[in-house]
Amino acid sequence: MEGIGDLMTGFAVVLSWQNLLYMLIGIVLGVIIGVLPGLGGANGVAILLPLTFTMSPTSAIILLSCIYWGALFGGAITSILFNIPGEPWSVATTFDGYPMAQNGKAGEALTAAFTSSFVGALFAVIVITLAAPLVASFALQFGPAEKFSVFFLAFCSFVGMGKEPPTKTIAAMMLGFALAAVGTDTVTGQLRLTFGSTELLGGFDFLIAVIGLFGIGEILLTMEEGLSFKGKAAGISPAVVWQTWKELPRYWMTSLRSCLIGCWMGITPAGATPASFMSYGIAKRASRKGDQFGKGEVEGVVAPETAAHAAGTSALLPMLSLGVPGSPTAAVLLGGLLIWGLQPGPLLFVEQKDFVWGLIASMYLGNIVGLIVVLTMVPFFAAILRVPFAIIAPIILVVCAIGAYTVHNSTFDVVMMLVFGVAGYLFKKCNYPLAPLVLAIVLGDKAEEAFRQSLLISQGGLGVFFSNGLVGSIMVLGLVALFWPVLSNFYSRLLTSRRA
Amino acid sequence: MIQTLGLRTAAVALVAAVASFGSPSAMAWEPTRTVEFIVPAGTGGGADQMARTIQGIITKHSLMKQSMVVVNKAGGAGGEGFLDIKNSKGNPNKLIITLSNLFTTPLATGIPFSWKDMTPVAMLALDEFVLWVNADSPYKTVGDFVKAMKAAPPGQFKMGGTGSKQEDQIITVAIEKATGTKMTYIPYKGGGEVAVQLVGKHVDATVNNPIEAVAQWRAGKLRPLCVFDSKLLAGKDKIAGEMSWSDIPTCKSQGLDIEYLMLRGVFMPPGVPKDAVEYYVELFKKVRATPEWAQLMADGAFNQSFMSGADYAKWVEGEEKRHRDLMKEAGFLATN
Amino acid sequence: MEVGVAAFMALLGVVTVIGSLRVGIGWGAEGPKSGFFPFWVGLIVVAASLYNMAQAYTKGSRKLFASWSQIGQVLKVVAPLTIYVAAIPWFGIYLASALLIAGFMRWIGRYGWPLVLAISIGLPIVTYLTFEIWFLVPLPKGPIEELLGL
Repeated sequence: MEGIGDLMTGFAVVLSWQNLLYMLIGIVLGVIIGVLPGLGGANGVAILLPLTFTMSPTSAIILLSCIYWGALFGGAITSILFNIPGEPWSVATTFDGYPMAQNGKAGEALTAAFTSSFVGALFAVIVITLAAPLVASFALQFGPAEKFSVFFLAFCSFVGMGKEPPTKTIAAMMLGFALAAVGTDTVTGQLRLTFGSTELLGGFDFLIAVIGLFGIGEILLTMEEGLSFKGKAAGISPAVVWQTWKELPRYWMTSLRSCLIGCWMGITPAGATPASFMSYGIAKRASRKGDQFGKGEVEGVVAPETAAHAAGTSALLPMLSLGVPGSPTAAVLLGGLLIWGLQPGPLLFVEQKDFVWGLIASMYLGNIVGLIVVLTMVPFFAAILRVPFAIIAPIILVVCAIGAYTVHNSTFDVVMMLVFGVAGYLFKKCNYPLAPLVLAIVLGDKAEEAFRQSLLISQGGLGVFFSNGLVGSIMVLGLVALFWPVLSNFYSRLLTSRRA
Repeated sequence: MIQTLGLRTAAVALVAAVASFGSPSAMAWEPTRTVEFIVPAGTGGGADQMARTIQGIITKHSLMKQSMVVVNKAGGAGGEGFLDIKNSKGNPNKLIITLSNLFTTPLATGIPFSWKDMTPVAMLALDEFVLWVNADSPYKTVGDFVKAMKAAPPGQFKMGGTGSKQEDQIITVAIEKATGTKMTYIPYKGGGEVAVQLVGKHVDATVNNPIEAVAQWRAGKLRPLCVFDSKLLAGKDKIAGEMSWSDIPTCKSQGLDIEYLMLRGVFMPPGVPKDAVEYYVELFKKVRATPEWAQLMADGAFNQSFMSGADYAKWVEGEEKRHRDLMKEAGFLATN
Repeated sequence: MEVGVAAFMALLGVVTVIGSLRVGIGWGAEGPKSGFFPFWVGLIVVAASLYNMAQAYTKGSRKLFASWSQIGQVLKVVAPLTIYVAAIPWFGIYLASALLIAGFMRWIGRYGWPLVLAISIGLPIVTYLTFEIWFLVPLPKGPIEELLGL
């Protein structure tokens, strides 16, 4: 329990007016960054990093990490309002968040998203406070085979749950895998599927696909329906926050499960994006209202947001204690630490107590400040939906184009965004599911890389995936998740036949 | 708030500019707009860290009127970034920092570029490579390690490294050649990840750069066996127990005759004015004089060679030849 | 139309298969080669798409999935967006964005010129300040920015 005492020292370090001001600035900037697609938390942190060199390391890391929290919060806003995920980990939030907004429940969706983000982050910070060394040694267990098993599980828990025809699901998912494979093959360093084009060297970025498929595709669908020329009349009052809060405790089980998934994925480090997908998938199966998911169910917002935030927060732990960043943003923060002369690694917790516990204390405070800031903005954000379509649509298009460009500073990506946009519209019309496609793009190359690294280690033997208790049990969980629909079907049939 | 920050930076820059007017070193050419500093690798890697440190130093000490932005173009093993420079003929507001992929990427992938398509500016430093093993492993010296490797069946020893057919794998092949053994090389995406895989005992050895593994070394998780350089590292400060950087023996002295250093240098697009090149050479000289730079060099135990102009070009030419030979020997040349 | 989408996906599948064949699709001594996964993935895309195509054909859903007027509506966005995307490399993102917003608001929204101009000129300026000044992210620029010396 010495962690608690250290934490109190940390609070003492953090609690100064100046630091609180930095927190506020950081959160607001972070939200802006999170809202603008393409300008991810990594950009924001990277760009502001040089500006912080004049501050003390503690103040600087507070400012930067609050940008990070802000971006985590902000990513949900555009997902819910416009079906455009501002950050990769908010894709799963669109599934239910956007339908909620369409049903005039934008305020509820935003409140639920922000609150669950807060819960997830808080849970993760508590885990970090109490179990940092333990958690770090757990992370060390993860070699390629273990990583592959985690991706496998994430995938299995998500597939096989749509209502679309299975062949279409398979086609969409496999197309996602194919797109993920374009570019340089990490394991051999070979170029593949680029067909000599320089633009394809970097492969297809997930964000560009998502901006196109979801954002542009949605605008095209709205256009076709031709009814949303007037803004959505959404009842917006600050009371919406209280009403939603009264409802949220009902989902404590989903919340807890998502927290655990998020922490686990953040630490391994698989990252926030698979965590959000996995959490959504499992929540859908576990929930009694599972078949209502995708039509605007609050639980479908709670699950991915909680997990994403828990993962995003716990990803900082391996960064601090092992020097391995769990996300691009964490990678840039890592660079910052080095510039300040702080060496991330096992000794950081021993040698730089003030700094580490100051940072952890700022996670608590930053999240509280963040929650207050974003909740006060809920009515304002929801009001954006009142802006008439003919004004907001071109603005969204421009913001999408800028977002697509900034991912790689390439105009080719803007073209790809357009192609993905049209494809997204056609897929929607022809009843192809988009979620498996984007999931395959996110996880495809990482999973393949881990798979092939494992086989290099085992010199070709597939037994490596069951070689120890950890990897074996995750793989079995994955298989169970994959065949769950079949199993549960079989089980219920068994029950009925017994009764008969 | 940011606006005020921006204004403050602008004001500081202005003061600095006025000050430099009075000094005799006032230069004819200066960047006319924001300078893009391209990193042909992902965020968080060695090159990225160095570029961002330089950006920080330039901003903090107001060494340049215009601001500098770091842009990552990592696609195609960095080919994306190099092609961008190659195709920005005559643009004096673009720089690129290199790692060994300047030589390895065109050879391994056939992406059409070479250092001759760019204007060499300066060598900032050379990055060292060290042979690391897990501190729990029984290998205390290179001799132990090589002996164990020879005793094990071929391919059983696993070497972790960054990327495929790049510097880490070149060294691995060189070790295999020198010892007559066969290892399995496992490519990962970043140097930090490689070091942690070694700590987690998922691989048996790595050839991480000092800065990638130093934290784990200090924590007593890793053990350095030798450095792939002809002379000892510079740092005399104790890092782990009684050892400092300079206590790591050279591989050659341990009977493993391999030498490899990685270029951390800067290039510009082709066809840029001579004044511009000189401006940046001066700029980097100023960067190198700052305490922050000294700190980075000490943390990472860099080899602090500096070169510019014809010397630099000549050095790069020699390195390119060497890489061609190394890659050819290792069978890494692109076939198509 | 559904047949068309399926055919297009099948085509992408074929392209993937061809691309994979170039880098080797075997399962070497140390695990699969670069092309192994893309190859099978491509084959599955082709197979699934052929099935989908047949399905769409036999079910007689050969009719369009949307009425012509709906498609016209969609084209009202797709056409200007295509021009916009094509114009970015030449005119820079700021001018192109201003034109897109102005055109869209005027043509589809039928708003009065003052509002149209305010938003279409205001947004690029806000964008410029946010991205280039605050966050130092360079966006594509064209002749106008060159003239202004930005």
